[in-house]
Amino acid sequence: MIRDVVVIGGGPAGLAAAIEAKKNGAEDVLIIERDKRLGGILQQCIHNGFGLHIFKEQLTGPEYANRFIDEVKNYKIDYMLDTMVIKIDKDRNIIALTPNDGIINIKSKAIVLTMGCRERTRGALNIPGNRPSGIFTAGAAQRFINMEGYMVGKKVVVLGSGDIGLIMARRMTLEGAEVKMVLELMPYSTGLKRNIAQCLHDFDIPLYFNHTVVRIHGRKRLEGVTIAEVDSERKPIKETERFVECDTLLLSVGLIPENELTREANIPIDNITSGPIVDESMQTMVEGIFACGNVVHVHDLVDYVTFESRIAGRSAAKFVKGQLSFNDKSFKTKGTYGIRYVVPHRIDPLNVDDSVNFFMRVDNVYKNVYLTVKNNGQIITKVRKAIVTPGEMESVVVKRSILEKLNKGDIEFTLEEIKND
Amino acid sequence: MIKKIICINCPLGCEMEVLKDDGIIKVSGNTCKKGEDYAIAEIMDPKRIVTTTAKVIGGDREVVPVKTDKEISKSFMFDVVAEVNRHIFSAPLYVGQVLIENIFDTGVNVIATDFINRK
Repeated sequence: MIRDVVVIGGGPAGLAAAIEAKKNGAEDVLIIERDKRLGGILQQCIHNGFGLHIFKEQLTGPEYANRFIDEVKNYKIDYMLDTMVIKIDKDRNIIALTPNDGIINIKSKAIVLTMGCRERTRGALNIPGNRPSGIFTAGAAQRFINMEGYMVGKKVVVLGSGDIGLIMARRMTLEGAEVKMVLELMPYSTGLKRNIAQCLHDFDIPLYFNHTVVRIHGRKRLEGVTIAEVDSERKPIKETERFVECDTLLLSVGLIPENELTREANIPIDNITSGPIVDESMQTMVEGIFACGNVVHVHDLVDYVTFESRIAGRSAAKFVKGQLSFNDKSFKTKGTYGIRYVVPHRIDPLNVDDSVNFFMRVDNVYKNVYLTVKNNGQIITKVRKAIVTPGEMESVVVKRSILEKLNKGDIEFTLEEIKND
Repeated sequence: MIKKIICINCPLGCEMEVLKDDGIIKVSGNTCKKGEDYAIAEIMDPKRIVTTTAKVIGGDREVVPVKTDKEISKSFMFDVVAEVNRHIFSAPLYVGQVLIENIFDTGVNVIATDFINRK
């Protein structure tokens, strides 16, 4: 079968991209999802606070997902569940594994990659010790508790102050567990402030910065962890080691975009984001293959995933209709002085509708700075920021009219100190 | 009485100090009006949307996610979860379906936030 647009992944990015592709004239849109339902990780994020930007109200994860699932059904967009894509290639051929038909081949005019991301596990951290039960990534525990109905433990230590860890600290407390502490390797939190306030402060759960787990104890079930303070080079300080009794360790130590398919198809990847390099249309460097959401870079708000995915879906439809222009009048974006990365990585002003929303993350906490956009040493735009932190994604909007006037050089994003007058 | 509160209204996360004395409330450390309002609400009667799960029988899932349809006093958080845990609901369930009406006479309902199909 030949499809117009195939979307790989049925989470928030995939749903928004598929709807937008269909709305913009792609006839035959197909979503391929490996889970039993659409919705992706939002299904297990039963807490409140999604959708403030998109719907101007606070929804839970499943509610947010269901708004899009309803729209997918209204637009009669095709979807396959329990189906896993195992290979794609540059010519947009897809091989997928299905429960009933075995391996199937699908040819598509455009692909949108929306596989999301995966949590870093204990293996990625190299914490020494045995391998008892009771060690989970925060997201795995979230799925057990919120979707499967199993409680995973009673005495809990959370390693990492990522949002999922903070939210699980609250969730487990509400279900009767004792969450002893949250440990953060860095001197600042990697989670959103509002989650620290409403997940930890509400329940008097202590958060220790510059701390980590150095040893795992227990053979069958986790019996405790040895924690330690770390020095400025993040090396554990031996004298500060202490034992904390617990039966559960939740890891919330970062997310990595899930790009196995992307790599196998030889689509160029950005080493910092671990996601594909994309342009203003969310097109990867392989023609007709687009990407959006957490597979490109890890977002902290699903609303931003939706915004980005709408661009990808719209662009995929344009591509299918032959309306996406190629004139190679492309500018690269570059983050310097405090900016770790910028997405999109390349901009062709002629493909920009009205403006481009550049997303970026900073490498440290900075107060009172200008986030400045420059080209050829000239300032294009600058935004004043009272505070920027690695835990919160920053964004800057640049209008097409400005981008059109650029003639050479990279578009540079930097942080500049605000000098007192 | 002085209480420290981190504002949750925006990424700034202002660290505010709230002084309550004989019914007079003074907020400092906030950079906008929203912060002041939040701080006062947090001192007078802090409220939260409570989300949890409830047991389901005959469904394609063992549990259904639920939430309070309005904010409820923070002091009720654990009671809401305990009350929800006392119930078992039968599939099918739909998004927005009222599962527990007027919980603890607060005028707040507990509603389903996802659909559950029959097994």
